[in-house]
Amino acid sequence: MKKSKVYPWYFALGALVIYTVLYVLPGIIGIGYSFTDWSSYSTELHFVGLKNFKTIFSADENYLKFIGNTLLFTVVTTALKTVLALVLALALSKNIKCKNFHRGVMYMPSVLSILIVGLVFTSILNPKNGLLNGALEAIGLESLTQKWLTNPKIAFWSVMGVDVWRGTGYIMTILIVGILSISTTYYEAASIDGATGWNKFLHITLPLLRPTLAVTIVLNVLYGLKVFDIIYVLTNGGPGHTTEVMYTAVFKQFSQGMYAIGTSISSVMFIFMVIIGFFMIKILTGEEVEE
Amino acid sequence: MAGKKRIQIILKNVLAWLVSLIMLIPLALIVINAFKPDEEAMTLTLALPVNWTLANFSVVIEKGKLLMSFFNSMLYSLGATALTVLFASMAAYLMSRRNDSKFFRAIYMYLVLGIVIPINYVALMKVMQVTHLNNNRLGIILLYTALQLPFMIFLIYGFVAKVPREMDEAAVMDGCGPLRLYFSIILPLLKPAVISASVLCFLNTWNEFIMPLYFLNSTTKWPMPLAVYNFFGQYSRSWNLICADILLTCLPVIIIYIACQKYIVGGQTAGAVKG
Repeated sequence: MKKSKVYPWYFALGALVIYTVLYVLPGIIGIGYSFTDWSSYSTELHFVGLKNFKTIFSADENYLKFIGNTLLFTVVTTALKTVLALVLALALSKNIKCKNFHRGVMYMPSVLSILIVGLVFTSILNPKNGLLNGALEAIGLESLTQKWLTNPKIAFWSVMGVDVWRGTGYIMTILIVGILSISTTYYEAASIDGATGWNKFLHITLPLLRPTLAVTIVLNVLYGLKVFDIIYVLTNGGPGHTTEVMYTAVFKQFSQGMYAIGTSISSVMFIFMVIIGFFMIKILTGEEVEE
Repeated sequence: MAGKKRIQIILKNVLAWLVSLIMLIPLALIVINAFKPDEEAMTLTLALPVNWTLANFSVVIEKGKLLMSFFNSMLYSLGATALTVLFASMAAYLMSRRNDSKFFRAIYMYLVLGIVIPINYVALMKVMQVTHLNNNRLGIILLYTALQLPFMIFLIYGFVAKVPREMDEAAVMDGCGPLRLYFSIILPLLKPAVISASVLCFLNTWNEFIMPLYFLNSTTKWPMPLAVYNFFGQYSRSWNLICADILLTCLPVIIIYIACQKYIVGGQTAGAVKG
């Protein structure tokens, strides 16, 4: 049986052509355009060298702050989602009533459109008549009421909070599958040896869950670095750029016709992600784990 | 010891109900307010409607041009799902069967690297213009296909390895060509992975709105989420209408979620957990 005949190369043709032309090619020609003054105001292109990159990495501009915001968003949401999801996964994996109901409800936000989640939260977080401030007043905690999305000191944390609301259930679901795949014999043996619940968690669950945790962290980091929707809907980068991240900045440059800066920011991301992406893919495809 | 265990169980239940409640409140808000008349829905509250009404739905279907955007969303979601699943499964099958070759392993790596690398939307617009796909329905379908191929290939690839190669050999002995072998023997065996991939593809496409934001200028081509967003801009004080609009947009998603929960969770967690 000749492999090249039974499994001919053209089976991958459709995927390769579409993916290469519409996904990889823009990334590569985008790098080329980063060295030009491409914009919607002129049909001519001029080579400008590293000017765009100098602008992005200049201390006089805001771009470094947007990069910082993107990283802050990634670190904070990844940490919160991981910790909360782990606590919930431990609570919901075994010995609890209505577990399918709880799991179904908690997973649901991640199948809804982010845009719609954002719209509903713009109302909930409205300082005048939103549900959150209303609830805080009702239980006598007026001092905690905030202008959640318009106070520059708070807005970014509100956005991250909404994102954690949306994304924790998904991570929890993955962790539950991971916890349930741990053989019960380990726990039985530990019980015979008189191990407490905390000890079992520390010495059985956590080490055996490590590969799954690594995958969820990679997924969260990937999501965080590319975040756009939730910020676009809730604050659109405001107030005063305090919630601006790389992709909202790219979109703004794009809508103003400043293509060169937009493509340069994207290219910085592209190169960075291709380099770290290789390791992330290794974690995702499980090549680091001996099987 | 028994007492401590009981407290633990109570705490677990309290936590679970509390979190479920926090998850449900925004959804309850949408459902409740979608049935309120104008004067009751100046703000979003959890109070039940005094006078229930269904009028909001007909208003938004008409004013929000929902039928048009529903048709668009269906077209994009079904089109992208069909193309993605077809091309992803064929590619995954080929690369899994020939994973003894360095060349095909490299191709696999190249394709799944797309899970990680970000899209350059600005330069993508240039590609779309040159290929005449900008502001074009087929263009959006192809974009969604490109966007989802990497993850779907990854998802199906893991599954192909479980289909025994002896099947292929037997079929080839009987004179089966590669395409017939694939479509009449392999594809039916990949059914669980194909269903998971299809459901996920459909939902992802239905919910996505960045692509139309960049690449569809004419409102008549907009899918539902973008139509909702536009509607929100025009009627930002009529929360009853916005909620009715949101509810209609989410309805297909929620129906699919309830009906196919197993496949969605299976698909999204596959590969993430190594048993």
